[in-house]
Amino acid sequence: MTDLLTGFKALSLGNIFMFVVAFFLIYLAIEKEYEPMLLLPIGFGAILANIPFSGAIGEHGPLTILFNAGIITELFPLLIFIGVGAMIDFGPLLKNPKMLLFGGAAQFGIFFTMSMAALFGYNLKEAASIGIIGAADGPTSIYVANRFAMNLLAPISVAAYSYMSLVPIIQPPVIRALTTESERKIRMPYEENSISKKVKIIFPIAVTLVAGIIAPTSAALVGFLMFGNLLRECGVTERLSKSAQNELANLVTILLGITIGSTMTAEGFLKLDTLKIIGMGLVAFIFDTAGGVLFAKFLNLFSKNKINPMVGAAGISAFPMSARVIQKEAQKADPSNFILMHAVSANVAGQIGSIIAGGLILALVK
Amino acid sequence: MNLSVFYESLKVMANGMSGILIVMAVFYMLITVLTKLFPENQ
Repeated sequence: MTDLLTGFKALSLGNIFMFVVAFFLIYLAIEKEYEPMLLLPIGFGAILANIPFSGAIGEHGPLTILFNAGIITELFPLLIFIGVGAMIDFGPLLKNPKMLLFGGAAQFGIFFTMSMAALFGYNLKEAASIGIIGAADGPTSIYVANRFAMNLLAPISVAAYSYMSLVPIIQPPVIRALTTESERKIRMPYEENSISKKVKIIFPIAVTLVAGIIAPTSAALVGFLMFGNLLRECGVTERLSKSAQNELANLVTILLGITIGSTMTAEGFLKLDTLKIIGMGLVAFIFDTAGGVLFAKFLNLFSKNKINPMVGAAGISAFPMSARVIQKEAQKADPSNFILMHAVSANVAGQIGSIIAGGLILALVK
Repeated sequence: MNLSVFYESLKVMANGMSGILIVMAVFYMLITVLTKLFPENQ
């Protein structure tokens, strides 16, 4: 009987608090449908990790084995990139390549937050890992944090995925604060150009070469994403493309989520650092949005064909959520305004931009 | 508060933001060239 009570006796307040956090993540996933594919496994992993004497973690625990095999080696985030690449249609961006610039500008939150974290006393590598939450791209955040600040991996991952799901709540007030109503009403004509199959095939190969040569440390990040996209676009590997989009992405997402959740032990997670990181993650998303909007306003100073500045905010990686938010905001200002296609192009550019930003951070931070 | 880390982060910010905008501009030119070289009607 005493053996059966050992677990109860060893339960700490920290464990109980972490159960509450885990239940909250599961609640967000199921009830609010906030990033359920990730928040649910993360929440469940956190429960497994906080059971006293849990056999799921520790030297022979399956979750620790998965962590060592998939996170420390960086395999899980990279494999997810193959799936993501196979899911992305670069068509809207290829038709409207100017939007690429917003995919760059809207990464500003990463660098701003990195500097802020440095002011708060974090070393440069930790600060960069915190800033990368602003990539709005879970696998990139995990990849960079894993290289630079393994001790902060759990709160960074949770913050990255939580804020990605909160884009519809975070972006609109920032956009409204930085734009006038007349700017939000700007109409942008859309020309429907067709893109040849050759361009769609050459693009991922060329991007891999260019990005890899400019920032060799980004070769794996960019390369795996573009490899997935090549599987999609080449037209002769439909089975592989479908497997990458479904089986591979789903399996790795399950393993990645539950493994990240298993790092949320009470001792590792219940720290002031966690609160700081969650707060700075929000700052990163706010300044990403601001960076995109202000860059569009800057371009408008020189451009004849005015850009609706809200489109700049779609240059983050949270696809297609951010594009939808922008269209919704545009229609609030003018119900007949339709800028969705521009916003989608900027949003796709954000998916490339976040990975390039991750690669540059890896290259620049020593 | 370690100001030297903060100053270093500002340097990374300047290099990072200019780097990313340059890379995106290169991709923009790449797409423009590709769409000219391989138009849809070919």
